[in-house]
Amino acid sequence: MKIYVCVKQIPDPNTVVSKLDPNTKRLVRSGVSLVLDPGDESTISAAIKLRDTVGNSEVVAVSMGPASAQEAMRRALAMGVDRAILVTDPALAGSDALGTARVLAAILQKESPDLVFCSTESTDGYTGMVPGGIAEFLNLPQLTFAREINVEGAKAIIKRVTLTGYQTVECPLPAVVTIASGSFEAIYPTMKGIMSAKKKPFTQLTLADLAIDPSQVGEAGAREHVATIGKAEARAAGQIIKDDGNSAQAIADFLQRYQLL
Amino acid sequence: MENLETPFDADKQLIIAEVRRFVDREVIPVAHQLEHDDNYPIELIEKLKQLGIFSATIPEAYGGLGFDFTTYVQVVEELSRGWMSLAGIVNTHVLVAYMIAAQGTEEQRQRFLPLLAEGDKRGGLCISEANAGSDVQAITMTAVRDGEDYIINGAKLWVTNGVHAGIFAVLVRTDPNAQPAHRGMSVFLVEKGTPGLTVSRTFEKLGYKGVETAELVFDAVRVPAVQLLGGSEGAGFKHAMSGLEVGRINVAARAVGLAQAAFNDAIRYAQQRATFGKPIAQHQAIQLKLADMATKIEAARLLLQKAARKKDRGERCDLEAGMAKLFASEMCQEVTLDALRIHGGFGYTKEFNVERYYRDAPFMLVGEGTSEIQRLVIARQLLEQYKI
Repeated sequence: MKIYVCVKQIPDPNTVVSKLDPNTKRLVRSGVSLVLDPGDESTISAAIKLRDTVGNSEVVAVSMGPASAQEAMRRALAMGVDRAILVTDPALAGSDALGTARVLAAILQKESPDLVFCSTESTDGYTGMVPGGIAEFLNLPQLTFAREINVEGAKAIIKRVTLTGYQTVECPLPAVVTIASGSFEAIYPTMKGIMSAKKKPFTQLTLADLAIDPSQVGEAGAREHVATIGKAEARAAGQIIKDDGNSAQAIADFLQRYQLL
Repeated sequence: MENLETPFDADKQLIIAEVRRFVDREVIPVAHQLEHDDNYPIELIEKLKQLGIFSATIPEAYGGLGFDFTTYVQVVEELSRGWMSLAGIVNTHVLVAYMIAAQGTEEQRQRFLPLLAEGDKRGGLCISEANAGSDVQAITMTAVRDGEDYIINGAKLWVTNGVHAGIFAVLVRTDPNAQPAHRGMSVFLVEKGTPGLTVSRTFEKLGYKGVETAELVFDAVRVPAVQLLGGSEGAGFKHAMSGLEVGRINVAARAVGLAQAAFNDAIRYAQQRATFGKPIAQHQAIQLKLADMATKIEAARLLLQKAARKKDRGERCDLEAGMAKLFASEMCQEVTLDALRIHGGFGYTKEFNVERYYRDAPFMLVGEGTSEIQRLVIARQLLEQYKI
């Protein structure tokens, strides 16, 4: 079975305070520490777990990004991914979710995957639109918010996280599956894994290799335009309940208001 | 002029970064509790095993990763930044593995190193005794030949990993009449579970908690002659001293990591805590401390790296290891105290980690040879070098 994981390099959410460029209205990515999206680490772990359960399978990490994204791919390889494919091209700068999905789908088209794993959303842009775009371009069914994934015969079966619990959902392979955040504990690359990562196949492609017209991607092909950016409203102060003998009732009322009781 | 920048390849940088990430995510959040409860960190050890820490310095031919010491000391520094005790568990293991790799027979390497590399069996080093610490030649434990075996009798003290180690390297006297005494010493490799080998007690300590420091009793422990390190009698003192060079480099690395942790906490706190209308970091009294702390840490790190590089080149490095250990451990004591002072009254409470750093620091002053012994080693080498 061929399992593909779409991954992204992002500003390190643990050390970088995200800043938006007021002119381009985009996230500032230069001059900051960049890492493999921690959400993708968990998605990669889900893929590796499935690979090791199913047997006779491989996990391939796929990404689109600048040359610096090689580091994120090496980390994916160190974690236990079998090979990696990165598309780098100057014409990709400024791509929106549609453009990104188009490029990732073009790679996957050539690879004939059985399963394509994506995190539900990236930890920087949070659009959550790329997985759906990939499924659409490839004309594949999409299962979303998976917290557990199994393969039986030619079917993918997932437990899909809902507000109140989970649904069991299945679809025929090949399929795109998005992983619910926090469902799989990220595995650490072992020291051996890090040292053997550089010996694993790592393919770097350009738009020409994928026969994509540059006008369909990057700034030129973007259909999504950020109109304005602004500061999020400061969180309102919490409500303090003083215990005058009725605090238990006050807490119960509060919880009921939010349908938590 | 030697290049003081550490030469690094990309893999090593990634490995150090990964250990740093591991320490930040897995060690620091639990170290405080484990230390105060004096609990052996079983889960962390399991994770360190998976990460590959126990195989780091073992040659690749025997299932290890073959790291040089220059890389290894940075791994130790990171571990110690999270919790010094963890670095101690790794240290004795690495010493035993090093002694087997460097001095063992081919059969001993093939038998023991893969077990140590997997991390399921960890190493423990038995040198000191109740009446023999700095004066190693005063040990009284004996091994007497009996056919194809040796019979070991005596007791060893201050054995780190004494309860949880699987393979011990034990310094004994095989010729009690040898003059000088060190010519009659040998090292044996003894597996846990060998009849007659028991842990008689463990010590409660000021710091360095979580990891056990034990007394081991050898009561007529029968060990096959093939477990005599290197296969011949009389080289044990040299083997142990060569291991101690690595141990001293390790303790220096632990001191640098611990001091770095104290400095990190202090410089953060100094910017949060305000007195007289401004953060204390804006007072010169605190700034002078911070500058001295960082400068001393950096100086110790460079001494440490120089010693590690010399060891990597296979050269004798007792002078450099001694200097690194002496300077780093004394520096660590000063820096952890300064970090405590910067925290004021809070630093004296168990609410803050500086209290732990301050209790852990003195271990480095006495472990793997006291500062006084380091000075003697250094002076002896200097008088040799500068002989008129």
